[in-house]
Amino acid sequence: MADNTDNIIVDTATRIFQDLCGPDTVNEAEKGVWPKSLWGALEESGLPLTWVPDELGGAGAALADGFAVLRVAGRFAAPVPLAETLMAGWLLMQAEIAVPGGPLTIAPIHTDGRIALTADGTLSGRARRVPFARNAGHIAVRAHRGSEPVVALVATSGLPISQATSLAGEPRDDVAFDGAMPEAVRPAAVDQDQLVCFGAAVRLQQIAGALEKILEQSVQYALDRSQFGRPIAKFQAVQHNLAILAGEVAAASAAADAAAEACAGPQIAIGEVAIAKVRGGEAAGTGAAIAHQVHGAMGFTYEHSLHHATRRLWSWREEFGNEAVWAARLGRMVAARGADELWPFVTAGS
Amino acid sequence: MNLSFRFDPVELPPETKELRQEVRAFLRQEIEAGTFSPNGGKGSFSREFSRKVGAKGWIGMTWPKKYGGHERSHLERYVVTEEMLAARAPTRAHSTADRQSGPVILRYGQEQIKQKILPQIARGELCFCIGLSEPNSGSDVFAASTRATKTDGGWLVNGRKIWTSNAHQSDYMIALLRTSPPTKENRRHGLTQFLVDMKTQGIITRPIINLTGSHDFNEVVFDDAFLPDSHLIGEVDMAWKQATDELAYERSGPDRWIETFPALVELVRRAGEEPSERLAGGIGREVAHLATLRRMSLSVAGMLQAGKTPSVEAAVVKDLGTNFEQALPDKVRLLAPQTGDSQPDSNDDRFEEALRYATLIAPKLTIQGGTREVLRGIIARGLGLR
Repeated sequence: MADNTDNIIVDTATRIFQDLCGPDTVNEAEKGVWPKSLWGALEESGLPLTWVPDELGGAGAALADGFAVLRVAGRFAAPVPLAETLMAGWLLMQAEIAVPGGPLTIAPIHTDGRIALTADGTLSGRARRVPFARNAGHIAVRAHRGSEPVVALVATSGLPISQATSLAGEPRDDVAFDGAMPEAVRPAAVDQDQLVCFGAAVRLQQIAGALEKILEQSVQYALDRSQFGRPIAKFQAVQHNLAILAGEVAAASAAADAAAEACAGPQIAIGEVAIAKVRGGEAAGTGAAIAHQVHGAMGFTYEHSLHHATRRLWSWREEFGNEAVWAARLGRMVAARGADELWPFVTAGS
Repeated sequence: MNLSFRFDPVELPPETKELRQEVRAFLRQEIEAGTFSPNGGKGSFSREFSRKVGAKGWIGMTWPKKYGGHERSHLERYVVTEEMLAARAPTRAHSTADRQSGPVILRYGQEQIKQKILPQIARGELCFCIGLSEPNSGSDVFAASTRATKTDGGWLVNGRKIWTSNAHQSDYMIALLRTSPPTKENRRHGLTQFLVDMKTQGIITRPIINLTGSHDFNEVVFDDAFLPDSHLIGEVDMAWKQATDELAYERSGPDRWIETFPALVELVRRAGEEPSERLAGGIGREVAHLATLRRMSLSVAGMLQAGKTPSVEAAVVKDLGTNFEQALPDKVRLLAPQTGDSQPDSNDDRFEEALRYATLIAPKLTIQGGTREVLRGIIARGLGLR
């Protein structure tokens, strides 16, 4: 069992979400109501800038702290761009660009994303399904000036944003950058692949948090709900399903830890991220299915909050490369090394 | 409330890097010398090999030096174990004693027995088996009815153990025997652990051939077999208290996810350098499962090193691990590029041998050492459901 953490940053995040991120807040956000007091409290605590160094206006905390905060945010299905603002802070930090206040997001989020910085200093290109673009004040854009990778900071005001949503009802908007003049541009060695790897590590933390939540909800529901004269928790078939769910939660948690570690080095370890996103993504699907089975018809209603976590699990597992994409890539890495290098590859991290 | 089981990350200490290379070099040397072949062709039992491993200091690694151990960490032991298993080295003559029997004797055995037996185990000279299951006591371990009756200077044993792996090649057994009836309050009461010398008069070991055609497990019949008092392990009637931490060792090790690994290695060999998207994806998925399981299993070793008894976490690893290794051969079978008569030079034999072995042993993986059903019951209890 997890003990209460002695990490003050995590405690702060947990308190804020407990107070200001109940099921109603999540439902209201899906209707388009910006959770003003939640975001305000987060900003006041400095959490969105966890990864930004002091000199660029942030908290300068360790990567691990930010990842731990994201796991808590995942537990609460926080309907705000906390993960995206953290990622934007990380990306801007690579380019030593000062981080503005307010909610932020990043673009492009796909491996084949391509935004150009043209000769007149404006951007050109489109990015699809940018998380929370409509809510963000600025977007940290990974772009190219010729063949040189750069990071550009762009204000969203005046940008054509066409709204769409994820299957969790969260904003995933298409953004046209053509003609936009960035507020800052600097070279940064981070390529699109590394950005996608980092995004995968971020989503894995949220997935792990949401899975922890649905395990709790499912166990509690099984203890509370009686059928055939006893709590359904007493039926072996239900117990075994919950045992499988607990295993998937544990595996996703281990995978999220592995991905976070993979981001700690100067270059993100791609193989480790691939392993983690395949396993974590799979756990998201298997876990959500069991949680719904245990909750019966009640869990299929909008009124019950189970879908806050499960719909996000289905959405997050798809972003920054789904299981199929990463599995094929991992398989190609393994094949290129050859059969006799498989075991050394598996044990290389330790 | 956070119900999730914790698998805290473990960083292997730097000394394990060198140790791993040392073990790999030793195994390469043994393969070249023909002691064993990595496809398992020469069997998994070799007293000669076990003595060599003992001489290297790789048995009883965590035990005190005064009992022949080496006072190294659980993580170092973990590295040695996984390297041996990944290479399919013939460790059966010492692995049970190293993993399970030795630690039980160390913890609960009488001093004279510890001094006599443990150094021999550490030298790789003693093979152990575990006398748990009986014809009417399988998953229901505490229903054991093979009796030990007090007599002058010792105990007389009568009854039958079954499915006892390696009994026919073992020097000793650690047996769970009934010394009193269960009580109304505690149905686990009344069982006691004993050290049994397999050469004792009145013990007959009969082979049970398994579906692969191999002689691995046995029936062991006790007919007035005499055990001296010094062979009593722990408290009379109280074995149920001793059994639980043993399981954390048994259930979380690399042997719980690596048994069919050679089939994956041979699939990668057959796939070649540029596999199709489908094949690459299939390989990637299995590797992702394997690597995550290893991480979790390593985490349990870290908890053991920290002095914890992570028995529920161990059950989680064993449930996930054995399900993975059991499903693997079927995944490999359906992913493998089909070859017929047109490619006579392909690595067919090696691949087919690995897949055949994995397919045939698959059914036992979720039965031995605690069935899937028992494990899920333990996990459910850990979740507060029962």
